[in-house]
Amino acid sequence: MNNVILVNLPFIVVALLLAVGFYTIGFKRNLIKVVIGIEILEGAVNLFLIALGYVKGAYAPIYTMAPKEAVNNMVLPTPQALTLTSIVIGVAVSALMLAFAVNIYEHYGTLDVTKIRRLKG
Amino acid sequence: MIEHLPALMIAVPLFGAFVAPLLKKKGSAPAVWAMIITGVTLGMALLLVREVLAQGMMVYVFGADSPHLVLPSGYRVPIRIIFEVDAIGAFMALSATLMSFIGAMYSYSHVRNETGLEKYYALLLLLEVGILGMVLTGDLFNLFVFLEIAGIAGSALVGFRNYRGEASEAGIKYLIVSAVASLMVLFSIGLLYGQYGNLNIAYLSTQIGFNTVDIIALGILFTSFAMKCGSVPTHHWVPDAYTEVPSGINPTLLVATYASLYALFRVSFSLFGKVSSGMSSVGWIMCVLGVLTMFIGVTMALVQKDVKRLMSYHAISQTGYMLLGVGVGLAVLNDPAKLAAFGRDAMAGGIFHIINHIIYKSLLLMTAGALFYVTGTRNLNEMGGLARKMPYTTIAFIVGAAAISGIPPFNGFASKFLIYETSYQLSPIFAIFAMVTSVLTLASFVKVFASAFLGPPVKKYEEVTEVPRSMVVAMLILAALCLLFGLFPNVVLDKLVYPAVDALLKLGSYQTWGGIL
Repeated sequence: MNNVILVNLPFIVVALLLAVGFYTIGFKRNLIKVVIGIEILEGAVNLFLIALGYVKGAYAPIYTMAPKEAVNNMVLPTPQALTLTSIVIGVAVSALMLAFAVNIYEHYGTLDVTKIRRLKG
Repeated sequence: MIEHLPALMIAVPLFGAFVAPLLKKKGSAPAVWAMIITGVTLGMALLLVREVLAQGMMVYVFGADSPHLVLPSGYRVPIRIIFEVDAIGAFMALSATLMSFIGAMYSYSHVRNETGLEKYYALLLLLEVGILGMVLTGDLFNLFVFLEIAGIAGSALVGFRNYRGEASEAGIKYLIVSAVASLMVLFSIGLLYGQYGNLNIAYLSTQIGFNTVDIIALGILFTSFAMKCGSVPTHHWVPDAYTEVPSGINPTLLVATYASLYALFRVSFSLFGKVSSGMSSVGWIMCVLGVLTMFIGVTMALVQKDVKRLMSYHAISQTGYMLLGVGVGLAVLNDPAKLAAFGRDAMAGGIFHIINHIIYKSLLLMTAGALFYVTGTRNLNEMGGLARKMPYTTIAFIVGAAAISGIPPFNGFASKFLIYETSYQLSPIFAIFAMVTSVLTLASFVKVFASAFLGPPVKKYEEVTEVPRSMVVAMLILAALCLLFGLFPNVVLDKLVYPAVDALLKLGSYQTWGGIL
């Protein structure tokens, strides 16, 4: 029982982080907090990808100097590469979102999403 | 040379995007540069379409000569990034490059007085890269990366007029929707990767079962792409984004939206195409979403006073037609008799409507941009009597309005008629909703025409004249395309649309990379 929880711990954390992220995006009124919510969501997805990359008993994907028994028993390095790409993209997205937030604060004088409503109808 | 086209389609605009900021202090050089690059890309897209239609699917492997690639250990799965260009991918690529070219041409005059134009054109080219990558790739993770590129470039362009608070508001709305949608796409890619250990769409589609995790992945992918293509109930970002973005970007942004629609179709028909019996309920959901989208979009449009906002709501409503058309095809996918009787034609209607809508909606949004250019306002109540002052814009508007309302000699009629006929055979209610929507569309455009172009001239605008030449040329090209596509729909259908439909339906050919495997 204890073992099942330990093995699935990353996935439980992913589910928790997803829930927290969606809660933050949906219910927080401060724009910066919404951006933080998206960051949490991104962390959840990245953790999920990293957790997928580990196979129990398999070897790390280092092709030079790998021991003999590692042949045909290596995990693919794909998830790590995906995560790196996704982190880089995430940085760009959050930078742009924060830039928008700064500009919105300049024009509206507030970061409260319920008051930033000039576009409606 | 020809075999490298899929990679060059990405490389050329990407190169253009990185060079554009270097032309900072060179007057109109960035605009000319963007027109050259988009023009070259358009030429390559035409070559690509010709090649794909003549030779069948093109497969391009990055970092290897052929797709017969193996790991050093002899493990035979596709591990490299592979571009798979079939007829629908080529069709979308042609739409994207054509609209980027027209958009760059229109922008030449439209945004001349703004600052930071080198960034504007760099982002325009990046948006084009994002769309082209999405429609050409055969790799799920690659799809996510290009989805993000298109999302970031698109939202930065929506917020381009950053001296207006509204632009930033629309931009962050678009970016939040886009970021959440693409993160969820990445999550479901993770779900699929965890089970099948691969990212290639063709390979995954041969492996896919239909277990619970697959259904969850399908649900997340479907929702995310529906969110990004502006379907009800997550349509709220569309009117804001389309209204605030400079009119020259509107055509490209429209295609970016439909690239998500393409991804939705690709997921439904190719990735999950093997389980066609399970997909028919997804097809019904798509039809219902389509009908809701078209109806809610048009009713919201009727009450608008802002001319661009009104047209943006119509963009939502027209997306409904595409969802309905292709949804009908998906609903009868596992029933060959019905598929042959009306399903294939319904899909042709939906896909034909994509290019028709891109053409006439870009035209309409450009005329709205022209009105804004001369009057400085988008409020319909403050305009009037502009028809005599701006004859070309008026002609362009009439053509666009007639096309969007589905009046016969124009292109909207051709695709809408296919959708009416075929959706009637699945369920008459769908066809009735589609026709009512068309009538309401006509009603709201009569309103725009009456308040902006007809009526007594407004004193404030006595001095206005026609917009500059590059804007007129861009609008007239699109108006001519509206008429051409409407007069010869059979040519477009046979040459472009039916091959695209068959590419979606012929799952076997996609799975084996056009018979190479």
